[in-house]
Amino acid sequence: MVNRILVGAHYGLKDWIIQRATAVLMAVYTVLFLVVLAIVRPDSFEAWRSIFAHGFMKFATFLFLLSLFYHAWIGVRDIWMDYIKSGGLRLLLMIATVAVLVGYAGWATQILWRM
Amino acid sequence: MATSTMQFKIYRYDPDKDNAPYMQDISVEVNFDVDRKLLDILTRLKAKDDSLSYRRSCREGICGSDAMNINGKNGLACLTEIKDLKQPVVLRPLPGLPVIRDLIVDMTQFFKQYHSIKPYLINDGPRPDRERLQSPEDREELNGLYECILCACCSTSCPSFWWNPDKFVGPAGLLNAYRFIADTRDQATNERLDDLEDPYRLFRCHTIMNCVDVCPKGLNPTRAIGKIKEMMVRRAI
Ligand code: SF4
Ligand code: SF4
Ligand code: FES
Repeated sequence: MVNRILVGAHYGLKDWIIQRATAVLMAVYTVLFLVVLAIVRPDSFEAWRSIFAHGFMKFATFLFLLSLFYHAWIGVRDIWMDYIKSGGLRLLLMIATVAVLVGYAGWATQILWRM
Repeated sequence: MATSTMQFKIYRYDPDKDNAPYMQDISVEVNFDVDRKLLDILTRLKAKDDSLSYRRSCREGICGSDAMNINGKNGLACLTEIKDLKQPVVLRPLPGLPVIRDLIVDMTQFFKQYHSIKPYLINDGPRPDRERLQSPEDREELNGLYECILCACCSTSCPSFWWNPDKFVGPAGLLNAYRFIADTRDQATNERLDDLEDPYRLFRCHTIMNCVDVCPKGLNPTRAIGKIKEMMVRRAI
């Protein structure tokens, strides 16, 4: 293949907004979680469990986890784009990143709803 | 007469003679009555050893040609006060660009990025008899943008530009892009935003803000980049 500089994929804004939005969601959840901890003061496994038994906590935690994984995806992909010069290796690393994050998301959700 | 000796460590490399770059220790007599700026000293050093190479032209912060890395920070030799410099003064070429010789770097990549943003007014409307007018408020928006002298201090201090100089426009190019996006006389706003909506061209900027820290003209490329992003958001939602 001829060596041309390839730019012009024309995406990036959506990810940039999502990166910011997920950061806000995670910050809000962190505050919420600290408040809940301060109120409940869990000292046993049952007490921990009761926090997540609540429907709202499940919803908020699920949202937090999705934000975390999407945020991580954009951040890690940016690292690959900055430092990995070989296109093939970059694609491989991106696929691996997505695979790991999607796997984590499924696993985390399953744990959450078992609580 | 207030004279004293100043110590320098200067990056030297002549590809015709040297196998590898090296740092040269050199001292020079400085006369503080007449020598004010680093460029004055470089002139003295050049008189001592005329093989020392660097660019300069206007000697007053207008042409942007004598940008270099001074004690680890990019700046213009002609605007740098010698009194403030810690010794030995370490001079290196701008980081991230290929060295042609000593303190002279190859700026091709930098100007390629600058040209890629179409740094000229695009307006297909009928030509006015005299100039295209702007209201004072609209003109206000161009302040802090048009003053850029393309010295490359900012782009060559930007890690994102080091990693992807061929794909990331860099702070200088993006500041100039916003100069035309912000210009009410320009009609290509949409095309300009389309061109920059790209994971490499604009979104390689991770707001590290090295660029703001070094600009010898006191400009703020990060703010210009933020405004481009803001306009994209406003266009999208
Ligand atoms: S923005 Fe400042 S540092 Fe960057 S090229 Fe222009 S004048 Fe130089
Ligand atoms: S703010 Fe952006 S353009 Fe400026 S140095 Fe940081 S990454 Fe580079
Ligand atoms: S010599 Fe022109 S900017 Fe320094």
